[in-house]
Amino acid sequence: MGEFSKPFDAIVVGAGPSGNAAAYVMAKEGLNVLQIERGEYAGSKNVQGAILYADALEKIIPNFREEAPLERHVIEQRMWMMDEKSHSGMHYRSDDFNEEKPNRYTILRAQFDKWFSSKVKEAGALVLYETTVTELVKDLSGKVIGVRTDRQGAPIMANVVVLAEGVNGLVGQRSGLRNEVSPDSVALAVKEMHFLPRETVEARFNLSGNEGVVIEAMGTITRGMTGTGFLYTNEESISVGIGCIVSDFAESNIGPNELLEAFKNHPSIKPLLAGSECKEYAAHLIPEGGYKAIPQLTGAGWIVVGDAGQFVNAVHREGSNLAMTTGRIAAETVVSLTRKREDMTAANLAEYEKRLGQSFVMKDLKKYKGIPDLLHKNKGNFFGTYPKLISQAMQTWFRVDGIDKISKEKAIFRNFRETRTVWGMMGDAFRLVRAWR
Amino acid sequence: MHIVVCIKQVPDSAQIRVHPVTNTIMRQGVPTIINPYDLFALEEALRLKDRFDATVTVLTMGPPTAADSLRKALTFGADRAVLLTDRYFAGSDTLATSFALSMALKKVAEEFGKPEIIFTGKQTIDGDTAQVGPGIAKRLDYNQLTYIARIVETDLQTGTIKVERRAEGGLQVLETKLPVLITMLEASNEMRRGSIENALIAARAEVVTWNAASVGIEDLTKCGLRGSPTIVKKVFAPTARSEKAAIVAAEGSVNAKAVALVEAIFEKTPAVEQELLEQAAHHYV
Repeated sequence: MGEFSKPFDAIVVGAGPSGNAAAYVMAKEGLNVLQIERGEYAGSKNVQGAILYADALEKIIPNFREEAPLERHVIEQRMWMMDEKSHSGMHYRSDDFNEEKPNRYTILRAQFDKWFSSKVKEAGALVLYETTVTELVKDLSGKVIGVRTDRQGAPIMANVVVLAEGVNGLVGQRSGLRNEVSPDSVALAVKEMHFLPRETVEARFNLSGNEGVVIEAMGTITRGMTGTGFLYTNEESISVGIGCIVSDFAESNIGPNELLEAFKNHPSIKPLLAGSECKEYAAHLIPEGGYKAIPQLTGAGWIVVGDAGQFVNAVHREGSNLAMTTGRIAAETVVSLTRKREDMTAANLAEYEKRLGQSFVMKDLKKYKGIPDLLHKNKGNFFGTYPKLISQAMQTWFRVDGIDKISKEKAIFRNFRETRTVWGMMGDAFRLVRAWR
Repeated sequence: MHIVVCIKQVPDSAQIRVHPVTNTIMRQGVPTIINPYDLFALEEALRLKDRFDATVTVLTMGPPTAADSLRKALTFGADRAVLLTDRYFAGSDTLATSFALSMALKKVAEEFGKPEIIFTGKQTIDGDTAQVGPGIAKRLDYNQLTYIARIVETDLQTGTIKVERRAEGGLQVLETKLPVLITMLEASNEMRRGSIENALIAARAEVVTWNAASVGIEDLTKCGLRGSPTIVKKVFAPTARSEKAAIVAAEGSVNAKAVALVEAIFEKTPAVEQELLEQAAHHYV
């Protein structure tokens, strides 16, 4: 293969947020980087709500705001607890979020990823599209030394392979580096893009300029399954979606599309979408197993970043920021080893895990390590009983009907007690607090 | 042997929508592709490359983003990519396009050797005119073979090529002298998947980029909108017919049935009857 026989410093598998972050940082530092993406372009296969948390990207491309395709900066967060006809909400809106360098943005991934990929190329990485890495090539000692693709030709060699291949981790699986993703540690989310004129979006959500609103919802909308719904305002569209743990879908026999249709027709959501035109729909898996589901992250000649490493904080709906951060930290580890002319051995690459442990990524995932199990085991209560009880309590409290307030309070407590028992509620509260700590 | 394939980057027409109010094509967000007919031309060129060790140059005229299509052509195995881009070319019809491309092809001949064969697709899916290929052949004084289904034989010794051309009423077998411009029919071959080496070369390749001046175009009135006598009068999305087909019930002889049918048509569309009557009157004057 002539000029291609010299191994690359690094091959990055995948061009999502983690892969782009890794490839960008390594190329920027002068490494000879090859990135391989199966989609026709970066973003063509990627799906997310999507919210971009500025901090993680800022640490990679400080002036990204000047050129990245961003939709709206989020100034208002609404958290809704929903039952069939109502929602009880906590809204937080602050003019502080109208800052010079906003903290969160809504984005359209197809456009954003294309831009990020162009930055990777500008930084000097070689990017192949429409090429699928099929397996890793190992030497006799088992060290990963390159990749094979679905294109004809010799394998491509590299000192290290960064697996940014996404939630399913197929290359890692095929190469015996990890197990198949378990159905109870991934969620299946479906979403639609609804187009509305800019002015309508702004009037409907009380926004001006590029301000945006995010709604996160839970409750009976997932019919007792562990999951959440969401609605994000983009510049001229609204992203609306819902997702639940895959094993719950399998158990309930309810299709995700059925949930989405019901969610869109919920009396609290329907008017927000009225008159819009659905122009795009997508589905994707989200790793939600948290800390306990994280697979082996490094080995001789390989390193795992992003969704492939299950780096999603389901409680705070954070994912792409963890992806970019793990991509960046992996890249920094590889860069420092390359500079020191050290081999990409398992022991040397373990430095990545050490650095991750010191970052918010591992600290947060560790903090919530009990939450996925807790919610999943008590899904009937958290996604059915409690939302209903809260809604009923709100209704009793706000409805003025000549009944005195003391009786109302008693009725509310009786309702909670009878439905869930004092011990049950105390147990749930105790478990939730323990898992949260 | 040097082969040039002219390709065009087009919006994926399967995903195009017409704005319901303004009747303009909504290009925003519509992905671009290599004109599908051009892929048959490119594959045919690559087959000749495999057989004769030819060099394949892909050429396109378009905005700077058309470089994406050229790069893609390189991943299939083309050797060189040339982009002709200039704001003066904006709004070109087939006359202006074939002029600009023929100038670029002259420059290609100077720089990289005279092409024995120039390939194009039979037409583009956005313009559907099938005029640019023949326009180039005429300007460069190349023989032209249009709507070619198969290349039967290429003889470099005698400089001849034999092809099968699909024509009305059958298949023609034609032979002509090189140099020649060939426009390829759909389904004449199947595009290969480029090797990993092709993909790596494509990712590294520099696209040769020329503008009007660099291909020696001095008379800018022959370019773009100014050089295009074609006027787009109206763009519209065909509306679905609201009327359904009807069965006209009639008894009796064939003549009686025909009369019943014509009467039914006239009843439904009096304008047609009027028009036919006027034509008849005119005819008998």
